[in-house]
Amino acid sequence: MNSFTVLASAASSSPDAPWSWNLAADLHDMLSYPFMVNAFRAGSIVAVVAGIVGWFMVLRKQAFAGHTLAVSAFPGATGATLIGINPMFGYFSFSLAAALAIAAAARPRRGGGFNEESAVVGVVQAFALACGFLFVSLYNGFSTSINAPLFGSSFAITNTQVITLGGVGLATLLVLTAIGRPLLFSSVDADVAIARGVPGRGLNVVFLLVLGAAAAEASQIAGALLVFSMLVMPAATAQRLTSKPALSMALTVVFGLLATWGGIALAYYQLYPLGFCISSFSFGGYLLANLATATRLRQRRPMVSAKPVGAVA
Amino acid sequence: MSEPTGVTDRRSTEESASDIAVRFRNAAVRVGDRTLWHNVDLEVPAGQFVAILGPNGVGKSTLVKAALGLFPLAAGEARVLGEPPGGASRDIGYVPQRRSFDHSVRVRGIDIVRLGLDGDRWGLPMPWGERARKAHERVAHAIELVGATAYARRPVGQISGGEQQRLLIAQALVRAPRLLILDEPLDSLDLPNQSAIAALIKRICTDRGVTVLMVAHDVNPILTYLDQVVYLAGGGAVCGAPREVITSANLTRLYETPIEVLRTSDDQLVVVGQPEAPAHHADRHTGQPLQ
Repeated sequence: MNSFTVLASAASSSPDAPWSWNLAADLHDMLSYPFMVNAFRAGSIVAVVAGIVGWFMVLRKQAFAGHTLAVSAFPGATGATLIGINPMFGYFSFSLAAALAIAAAARPRRGGGFNEESAVVGVVQAFALACGFLFVSLYNGFSTSINAPLFGSSFAITNTQVITLGGVGLATLLVLTAIGRPLLFSSVDADVAIARGVPGRGLNVVFLLVLGAAAAEASQIAGALLVFSMLVMPAATAQRLTSKPALSMALTVVFGLLATWGGIALAYYQLYPLGFCISSFSFGGYLLANLATATRLRQRRPMVSAKPVGAVA
Repeated sequence: MSEPTGVTDRRSTEESASDIAVRFRNAAVRVGDRTLWHNVDLEVPAGQFVAILGPNGVGKSTLVKAALGLFPLAAGEARVLGEPPGGASRDIGYVPQRRSFDHSVRVRGIDIVRLGLDGDRWGLPMPWGERARKAHERVAHAIELVGATAYARRPVGQISGGEQQRLLIAQALVRAPRLLILDEPLDSLDLPNQSAIAALIKRICTDRGVTVLMVAHDVNPILTYLDQVVYLAGGGAVCGAPREVITSANLTRLYETPIEVLRTSDDQLVVVGQPEAPAHHADRHTGQPLQ
């Protein structure tokens, strides 16, 4: 949170003004700082993109690949800093390159579809982390500079960064709009989808690239090691609550936005690391959803098994 | 076929292709450098309920995959609904080998059926309008047909195997196919569910005029419904009415080992001495040799 403290002390009034419970005043207070406005903008964009991409990732059980793609952003960011180019470029290029590497190693799955090999994913992740640490030690810069790429920071986000996040996010969502239905088909029912002519392998490659872009975006907010607070938790929470695909996706976006906004606000008032704040809100939501589902199931139990198994209608 | 019109129909030389739903001629399939089966000739007449029988690992699933165009023939030719394999996939409903949705799959049965209708289309479906209403009706109708209305809106991972199987059949039926291909749909179901699903498939065959090609491991639950059986073995296939094909002489010849077919008091056939799949046989799920 180096950048945050620098910006905070430069500001005229104290940004860690106490939480007043007057939401409008609090919001006005926070948004009077341009860096906070950018934090909310970037956080919102990434929450929507990571939420929807993460929804498919959870359904496809590709969380390990998703995490590795996010971790690959770490050497990207540190490497770019090392050679003096924009870290944004490093985030996206490394995640997308890792996505291609993982996609190339995908093998036909038992019973149809394609799966990346977990050993290959693990190799990519270990090597990416190792490279990241190498670049950090070569750079000899701020000792805190390792925290932002790994554990998140959105208080030093520039206008250009917001525009880039928005552009990449929009492209990601457009691709998902085009392939969403066949992707859902091949995710839940690979065999039949392939028999119907859905290109399972091609979709897997495209989805891994989409996932790479989303993971690179989420790493810039929550940090490479905490991306799951934006990629997994909102989707997992929504899928706990409903099995209607459209509603479930909409809830994912809502939960993602709430956790991100809550996280940014908490980090502003408490100076806790942003990644921790977003994760805490996501985790809290997930726990509540589980509690709600458990209660609902207990009430419904007697109604289960509505029909005798042998009956033919 | 009636009088040929001005244009030469490429199918007119075959004796009424429309009456034969699936035809293999001298077909063979190779996995790696091993021939799984060869010299396979079979004909599935339209509107019939036909079972493909044979020991584990002999390539029954591969045969239906070849018919679907998912696996290439090494020799011979195949026509499915008058087209080369894969050409008529819009008119084919396919229920692959037993897959169960695990508990964590948070998608409803009705969504699975809906994907069978238009899941292969790009872009998003319009959530309202005439088209959406029609799609909704077709899905509801297919679900009703298999008697799954009561649990179609529950998460598919949380219903029983028999209930999942009905929804998967509804998924295969939702486009009103002319040919229904099922790969061991009765596998790992309990006995009441086996006979219920078998009766359901027969009803679809007779009421809707759908040709049914079904891979089966155990012939007994479906024997009374079958019009024809195809007995597949490494050296080829024998087709015909069940009582003609499932005989001691035929099976002994196919397996090259003595096999007896007995008839029980309730007129069921029982195959005795059926050899297990030889150890070198392919892993039946991946089609890859084990070694």
